[in-house]
Order: sequence, then structure tokens, then C-alpha cells
Amino acid sequence: MCGICGCSQPGKINKLQPVNGQVHQHDHGHRHHDHETERLVKVEQDLLSKNNAYAEQNRTYFQQHHIFTLNLVSSPGAGKTTLLVETIKVLKDRFPIAVIEGDQQTEHDADRIRATGVPALQINTGRACHLDAHGIGHALQALGIKDHSFLAIENVGNLVCPSSFDLGEAHKVVVLSVTEGDDKPLKYPDMFHAADLMIINKTDLLPYVDFDVQRCINFARQVNPDIQIIQLSSTKGDNFSAWTDWLAGNVKMEA
Amino acid sequence: MTNLPGADLHLPEGCRAGTAMHELSLLENVREILENHAVSQKFSKVTKVTLEIGKLSSIEPDALRFGFDVVMKDSLAENAELIISDIAGLGICRQCGLEVELETSHDPCSHCGSPKVKVIQGADMKIKDLIVI
Repeated sequence: MCGICGCSQPGKINKLQPVNGQVHQHDHGHRHHDHETERLVKVEQDLLSKNNAYAEQNRTYFQQHHIFTLNLVSSPGAGKTTLLVETIKVLKDRFPIAVIEGDQQTEHDADRIRATGVPALQINTGRACHLDAHGIGHALQALGIKDHSFLAIENVGNLVCPSSFDLGEAHKVVVLSVTEGDDKPLKYPDMFHAADLMIINKTDLLPYVDFDVQRCINFARQVNPDIQIIQLSSTKGDNFSAWTDWLAGNVKMEA
Repeated sequence: MTNLPGADLHLPEGCRAGTAMHELSLLENVREILENHAVSQKFSKVTKVTLEIGKLSSIEPDALRFGFDVVMKDSLAENAELIISDIAGLGICRQCGLEVELETSHDPCSHCGSPKVKVIQGADMKIKDLIVI
């Protein structure tokens, strides 16, 4: 028994002397709170439960208001903002569009979206590497999105963390540009597994880069056999209608 | 033109994830769940936290261990012990119907080679239980 604090744990105590201002020092590894009654509390709660609860709230809101929502994810520089700007130009007269932009810093992307005439709201995540469903809920309140519309959420450029955080979207869309490696689906499988649609962007640059489209598609299907794939160039417009038709069809179904 | 004034979204205090890795965000969730349980289950200190981390969740246990002490500092779980138990990945092949062990969520079936395997275990990450005072 410890002669200083009276606890019943057996322990070999060689010397008790003040060390660094502490009154006494044990070498038998127990902590002082051991003296009080410890008990087990069952929790069995998912670590993402809070985010998932907010995501479900967002999803219900989208369904009630017939808002078709996509969560766009990619590496930085894959062309998400340009894709959105060109998409808005094609579709903005057909149904209302709104955009939530996620970046660590700056309003540059939201400014580019606003220049097209649709409302955009920038979330600066600061140190955070992803958007979460709670932040999106606040953005929805601030943005006032119209019913029967398309909402694009452009996530922080990051192929890792956003894969775990459901925002309440209908689909995750992963954008991969041909100036990146064609093996990205294998390098970042969680994201390509979580996405329902992969857009291979900047296809106009294919003659100048060492990107094997078929290899990329095979890798993507390896991690996600059900993934849909659209190849396009946002800046040149090549095959762009495949994407805007897919999008418009979904917005119509939502309505 | 429907520009929003002051479009930068300023989240209310306490609403920011504010962390650099998603593991740290998740640890902040752990702390919040502990604080909620402390009220409902009437305890004031947590001495041990047991997490179950599925092998197919996108969580790096080492990153959790790395961040745990930092995130729990000045909370009721300061200096608490962290136990991480790994949950194996399991799936059912949609082609041959057999149950297979999975190392990643996109492994093909080890029996028939089909890529269409439905994950049935190992994707979750949860707080299992706590030792509290």
C-alpha cells in the first residue's frame, strides 16, 4: 500500500522525495485519480456522427426544396472553378444556380463565379482541409438558394480528407485533369471510390502530355466499378454537352 | 446580378473545424462526444478512451495517436489513455456471394476476382467505451 496517498494498489516504492517541486513520486505507474471509483461508460458512437447528422439535415433541405447538389472534389488546379464557370454560362438561363466555394484562403473563386451573374458564397476553411456539413448548413442559410435549382459545392482542393465528410450532396464528382498523373485513382482510391462521376478535364491538352486516358479509366473502375466517366475540355468546350446534359437531366428529375 | 454582400462566411465561434488533418477534426468530435456524455452520464473525468477504427475507414491510427493529447489538453480527458482497436475489413462479393477479407475498400474478390465487393465491416470508426470517474 502506498504510504503517502493511501491507495491500495501494490507498488514498489524505493524513494519518495520531492522531484521538480512535486510532493511525492511513485514508481508504480498509477495515477492519483485511481483512488476514486472508476466505471465503464458504453458509448458506441460513430466519430462522424455529428457531421453525418448535419449532412442528413442538409439532404432533407435539398429534397424539400428540390435542389440538386453536387460536391466537386479534386486536387488543386484540376479546373473545378473553370468547369463551373463554363457550366453556368451554358445552363444559367434554364434553371437557378448557386455555388458554395471552399478554399483555405481568398475570395478569388467566389469572385469568378459571381462574375457570371449567379450567387456564390465563399467559405474560407482556414487551417481545415475540407468542408464539413455544419459549415454548409450555415452557408445555405446565408445564400438563400432558390427551389428547383442546381447547387454546386466546390470543395477544398484535396483528394484525401473531403472523401470522409458527407455534405448532404446527391453525388460527389471527382475532377481529374490530364496534366496530372493517370494513376491518381490508385493513389487516392478513397476519393475515387466515394465519387459517382469522374470528369477527365483539359482533354484538349492530351497531345502535349503523357496521360493515358484508357489506363486512367481502368484504374478508376478498379477502385469503383460503378463510376461514371465524362471526358471534356472546359476551356475549349470539347464534349462539354455530355456533362451539361447529365446535369440538366438530374436537375429536371429533382424537380 | 445577385451578389451577396460580405460573402465570406464567418462561422460562429465553435463552428469551425479549424484543424489541419481530418484526424484532428475527428478527435475534436471525440472530445465533444465525451463532453456530452459527461453531462448525461454524470462524470467529471475520463481516464481511458477506447476507439474502434475500421481498417477500411480513411483513418490513420498513428495520426489519431499523434493528435490525441493535443486535442484533449484542457478537457476532461486530459492525460487519458487512448486505446485503438482495429476492426478487420470484410466484404461480400456481389458476383459469387462469398465473404472475403479486405485490406482496402476496393479490393477485388479473393475467390472469383470480381471487383464488385460490398463492404460489410471495417468502414466505421467509433468511440466504443470510456473509463470515467
